[in-house]
Amino acid sequence: MSRHLLSSADLDRDEVDAILTTALSMHDVQRREVKKIPTLRGRTVINLFFEDSTRTRSSFEIAGKWMSADTINITGKGSSTSKGESLRDTVRTVAAMGVDALVVRHAASGACHQVAQWVDASVINAGDGTHEHPTQALLDAYTLRHHLGGDADALDGRHVVIVGDLTHSRVFRSNVITLTRLGARVTVVAPPTLMPSGVGPWSQAAGFGTSYDLDAVLGGRAGDVDALMMLRVQRERMSGGYFPTPREYTVGYGLTRSRMERLVQAQPDVAVLHPGPINRGLEITADAADSQQSRVLDQVSAGVAVRMAVLYHLLAGSDSQEASA
Amino acid sequence: MTSSPSPTRTLVRGARLLGGAPTDLLLADGIVVEVGSLSVTGAHDVVDADGLVALPGLVDLHVHLREPGREDAETVASGSAAAAAGGFTAVLAMANTDPVTDTAEAAERVLDLGRAVGLVDVQPVGAVTKGLEGHELAELGLMARSRARVRVFSDDGHCVANARVMRRALEYVKAFGGVVTQHAQDPTLAGREACCHEGEVSGRLGLPGWPGVAEESIVARDVMLARHTGSRVHVAHVSTAGTVEVLRWAKAAGVAVTAEVTPHHLMLTTDLLTGYDPVFKVNPPLRPQEDVDALRAALADGTIDAVATDHAPHARHDKEHAFVDAAFGMVGLETALSVVAEAMVRTGLLDWAGVARVMSQTPARIAGLAGHGGSLAVGEPATLTLVDPDRSVVVDAGASVSLSRNNPWHGRTLTGAVHSTWLRGRRTDPTPVPVPSEELL
Repeated sequence: MSRHLLSSADLDRDEVDAILTTALSMHDVQRREVKKIPTLRGRTVINLFFEDSTRTRSSFEIAGKWMSADTINITGKGSSTSKGESLRDTVRTVAAMGVDALVVRHAASGACHQVAQWVDASVINAGDGTHEHPTQALLDAYTLRHHLGGDADALDGRHVVIVGDLTHSRVFRSNVITLTRLGARVTVVAPPTLMPSGVGPWSQAAGFGTSYDLDAVLGGRAGDVDALMMLRVQRERMSGGYFPTPREYTVGYGLTRSRMERLVQAQPDVAVLHPGPINRGLEITADAADSQQSRVLDQVSAGVAVRMAVLYHLLAGSDSQEASA
Repeated sequence: MTSSPSPTRTLVRGARLLGGAPTDLLLADGIVVEVGSLSVTGAHDVVDADGLVALPGLVDLHVHLREPGREDAETVASGSAAAAAGGFTAVLAMANTDPVTDTAEAAERVLDLGRAVGLVDVQPVGAVTKGLEGHELAELGLMARSRARVRVFSDDGHCVANARVMRRALEYVKAFGGVVTQHAQDPTLAGREACCHEGEVSGRLGLPGWPGVAEESIVARDVMLARHTGSRVHVAHVSTAGTVEVLRWAKAAGVAVTAEVTPHHLMLTTDLLTGYDPVFKVNPPLRPQEDVDALRAALADGTIDAVATDHAPHARHDKEHAFVDAAFGMVGLETALSVVAEAMVRTGLLDWAGVARVMSQTPARIAGLAGHGGSLAVGEPATLTLVDPDRSVVVDAGASVSLSRNNPWHGRTLTGAVHSTWLRGRRTDPTPVPVPSEELL
């Protein structure tokens, strides 16, 4: 495995399998009364969050602490530029403190790739702009695999539909890589204004389908949808001319009560995922978000286990003590 | 620096004038005094130009010299040296300095800085609008009547997006034979964050897209305004096949429109952005191969009139940000001739006479620059560039005389190199001083 995790494309299928298998062990740790293993004792992990994210930062922080790493958070929106310092100078300063891993969140796409060129520490992409969020894709895959029986080939041939603001979604970009790598059939659905540029040739090369019509995808393959991943619509997009009104978006692309009923009728075991935070009533109704099919809290729980697994594979290596020791 | 103390007579022996048959040129007192098979005695200096091509001195319609305001990135002196190293004898310095060149005094200051250096003729470009803000016309007439005799006006770096302001500017400069150079970028289609050609690469990388139509729609509007006003408009750094189509139509319709293309848009594609290296962040952005092909064809057939570098030096720390936050632009003065040789001459799209047309004669005509862009005939200024068409050079950004290192060609081998540059009979190209590699970007 590479020294860094910058993109979901950095991981081949075997490496994804290895991380998800390790995550299973880590999930066991998570259920213990004393949630602490010594695996990363003496290692230092810095969560360098240039962009706010309580959920992801906490998840990485807990993951590091449960593995006995010294975990430090450095936050500050645009801290490098607001004080006039370059990003390179900022990250090299932080790395010079003697850091084993930098978990980097940044509002700019590609920032983590650039950071990795400037420091010796391992760099983990915790979300870069509208580019990627590879640990989110891993935790989604973990959640789905668990939901579908837990076998290594559980996602093979399964149909996952991703719906929403694809243009601005790093979750989508990472998921489409990871899920197809695990053998899933992926269809992405969005209004044309929220479909990424050049998605045609890209989808052909990457092997996923596209549609502007959610009902056609859900209804055209009744019983064929194994999982529905609803993406968050960011409030700042609502006035950006991407769609006329929230109401119109919900009618066209929301997981409404009627769509949920049709979905469950056709496939009772369908899984509903959402990376959060949820805009209840916009992209997903409260009923759907809280339904038996909802795997939203499972995703959050899996997040810690998956991030423990990623830290283990990047920092502990194969010669380390057993992951769950 | 190798500048010699202005020999009164120089014999250039065996140069291929505009790529034609070898001939000798005798330069004296700043002009070409004889051309042919010469047996001159007593020449103070003899240049063995066997195998070299002689071009009229190159003219760059579009450079950023950063002085005043950002002398850490470039000065008129360092930019002039870079220009001379690249075979240029005249450059037009864009107005987006700090303060902006939007008054007669500011324009004269740039002119005087260039004259004090003396390596190339530095001709200031005046801003179209005060402070480049796009609202009120700058003092176009006063700049035109100043010692700087400004004839080219541009808000480059910003688009004159307001159609009414653009119309008034086009009308106003007719009084003194001026031309408005437009940075064509509709800000409502390609906003401040747009930094990557909108297409498959921007979609995959999650980078804010800069669609070609944001350029094409402004160019289409401007050629209609130029037709309406009977004025001259010049399109800066054309980057798309769609713009070429608009230009082709406009020229066929008799509109007085000219256009330039940068060397980097003739060679580099948007695929280079996959590594998020800010050295490749430029405005307009690098486009796909089909646009590159269309630009080359348009330059060859005259739809695009000139090559201009858009030389945009930046201090290292201005590029060391996340891609979206890094400064736009790349240096280009020292490599322009070599890139054009690679993209146009080696591909058979242009011969050396064609290079003289697009890099010297036509840009000089567009800018109304006297003493540049001639034919090197007897009686013309001895302002020329000698080119070694067969010499391969591995580009070393560290060996640059520009103060900045944002060089997209670093490490590339380019064939076709400037041998020497002569401004009114005086050799001006400097000797590069190597910079330690750790100072590279």
